[in-house]
Amino acid sequence: MTEPLLSIEDLEVRFRTEDGEVAPVTGVDVSVAPGETVALVGESGSGKSVSSLAVMGLLPRPAGRVAKGRILYRTKAGETIDLAQASPDRVRRLRGAEIAMIFQEPMTSLNPVLTAGEQIAESVRLHLRLDRRGALRRAQEMLELVEIPAAAKRLHDYPHQMSGGMRQRVMIALAMACNPRLLIADEPTTALDVTIQAQILALIDRLRRETGMGVLFITHNLGVVAEVADRVAVMYAGRIVETGPVGDLFRHPRHPYTAGLLDSLPARATRGPDGRRHVRSIPGSLGRAAAIRDACAFAPRCDRVREECRRTAPPLEAIGVDRAARCLFWREM
Amino acid sequence: MSNPILAVDGLTKRFGRPPAQVRAVEDVSFTVAPGEVVGLVGESGSGKSTIGRLALRLVDPTAGTILFDGQDVSTLPERRLTPLRRRAQMIFQDPYASLNPRLRVSGILGEALAAHGLARGRRRERMAELLDLVGLPPEHLDRFPHEFSGGQRQRIGIARALAVEPGLIVADEPVSALDVSVQAQVLNLLQDLRARLNLAMLFISHDLDVVELLCDRVVVLYLGRVMEIGPTAEVAARPRHPYTRALLAASPKADPDGARIARLLKGDIPSPIAPPSGCVFRTRCPLAVEACARDVPPMHEAGDGHRFACLRDASEMREAA
Repeated sequence: MTEPLLSIEDLEVRFRTEDGEVAPVTGVDVSVAPGETVALVGESGSGKSVSSLAVMGLLPRPAGRVAKGRILYRTKAGETIDLAQASPDRVRRLRGAEIAMIFQEPMTSLNPVLTAGEQIAESVRLHLRLDRRGALRRAQEMLELVEIPAAAKRLHDYPHQMSGGMRQRVMIALAMACNPRLLIADEPTTALDVTIQAQILALIDRLRRETGMGVLFITHNLGVVAEVADRVAVMYAGRIVETGPVGDLFRHPRHPYTAGLLDSLPARATRGPDGRRHVRSIPGSLGRAAAIRDACAFAPRCDRVREECRRTAPPLEAIGVDRAARCLFWREM
Repeated sequence: MSNPILAVDGLTKRFGRPPAQVRAVEDVSFTVAPGEVVGLVGESGSGKSTIGRLALRLVDPTAGTILFDGQDVSTLPERRLTPLRRRAQMIFQDPYASLNPRLRVSGILGEALAAHGLARGRRRERMAELLDLVGLPPEHLDRFPHEFSGGQRQRIGIARALAVEPGLIVADEPVSALDVSVQAQVLNLLQDLRARLNLAMLFISHDLDVVELLCDRVVVLYLGRVMEIGPTAEVAARPRHPYTRALLAASPKADPDGARIARLLKGDIPSPIAPPSGCVFRTRCPLAVEACARDVPPMHEAGDGHRFACLRDASEMREAA
């Protein structure tokens, strides 16, 4: 197996709040190899976005901090850096030159007073040391790369003149401009219509294949996971509860939460005795499960819960070479 | 078949004036029978939410008729709409924005009952019944919206809609803002309620899987026009309009063995200010021919109430699929 590009080990993130310290992320172990797409999937409050912000060194300071664990990144030069320990300046330089990020809402990362061309040019001049003309040429190439029609003309458009899908393409162009080795995509298609979402997913996938970059894809949408991911990490209450190759994990979930999440999909509804189709839902809600430390955080909602689950915090146990589950009773799944 | 509870015919809504007029809904016709759930699906700008608002006369139509229980309500003045307001209710997408944060649940439900003078003298009892109906305990009457999770808030929104014992509910993306596991709970609740209360529903959604689960019939909309209409199972299994096919193909399936990344529809959804001539879908349609730019395609019958608006005939479409 190729050596991972990114390897997050036992990550814990803490935030200071008015009510004391909280830990939205307490146990994240996930790695991304070059050319691989790993989906970090979870519902709201699962800690998936906080984990990605920690990788990018973008936790709000001073309230948020990495309290435990390592975020190992292998640089282009072959050096391994712990992003959790590296200086903010070092992380910032890597973020422009080797690690790129795209978000759900392009307007949060695009500058509304710069044209598409200007923003990309600004970024490549900084990171690739190009002159003004070279930078603009690069910007146009990038717009062509993300399949924006009439790129030479679009170069001069402002973000507000574009559709949501077009803005998302510009943001991807901006992210790709410095040839990233790792792309972190945080719900990049959630705000888009399905026909546009399909275009953007295909685009990200094409760029991954062509450049060999690794992709950490954060999403709540299991359908999107099935389409883009090679491997999946499922999060619940701040912890990875299950990881594995996408096909294997969807077919044979080893954690009751993963199984419940898949059964909750409307497409998996089954006809009940009343003749109507019903979905098997997970009772209750996430609530304050992240605060549960000495028991399984999913126990209050689990239909297979046993006495031990309420007394022991289960470890993330390896199953074979490429799977793991955080459940005391995964063998019975 | 029983008389429809809702029948819209030639429904049209335009906002603003030319040249910046938005053609939100153009010549839309369909019916909803008592106890029937009809889905309106489409992407941004399809007009699905506007149709829901028109059906409740929350906005006034530019043209066309809206028959509610056989009565034409399309031009009734506001003061004569009270009976409609009692027979038809709405559930909204955002359970955080649609409940008054300063009222307790009892105040929210009480307002709905008081507006129509219902359950006089036994209001608290009725409110507890309503909460029970949506699976919440009576103690919750004294709580404020911020004390609930998203799924619980949506249940309160549903209880409020049910307070007046409506015959029709317009549900505008009621589960889109909810997490999958919670969405499943609310879908099951809606499924139970329609059976128990013989509720008709106009169910607005962009999620085809949700529509397939809940709706008896579906109306597929694009840029304010009906592309295809028919029994949901039939439309899903044998879509006849190229847009319906594209929409089905583009929705991600949670099936890792299925084809990855479907055949793509090119381009963006055009602006409803300047929709394409003829068939509004033609600029993105893989099957478009010259004639598509000339005429608005009429509805073709495919049997069993399945209709589609496309000039190309079915055999050509099978080939391209």
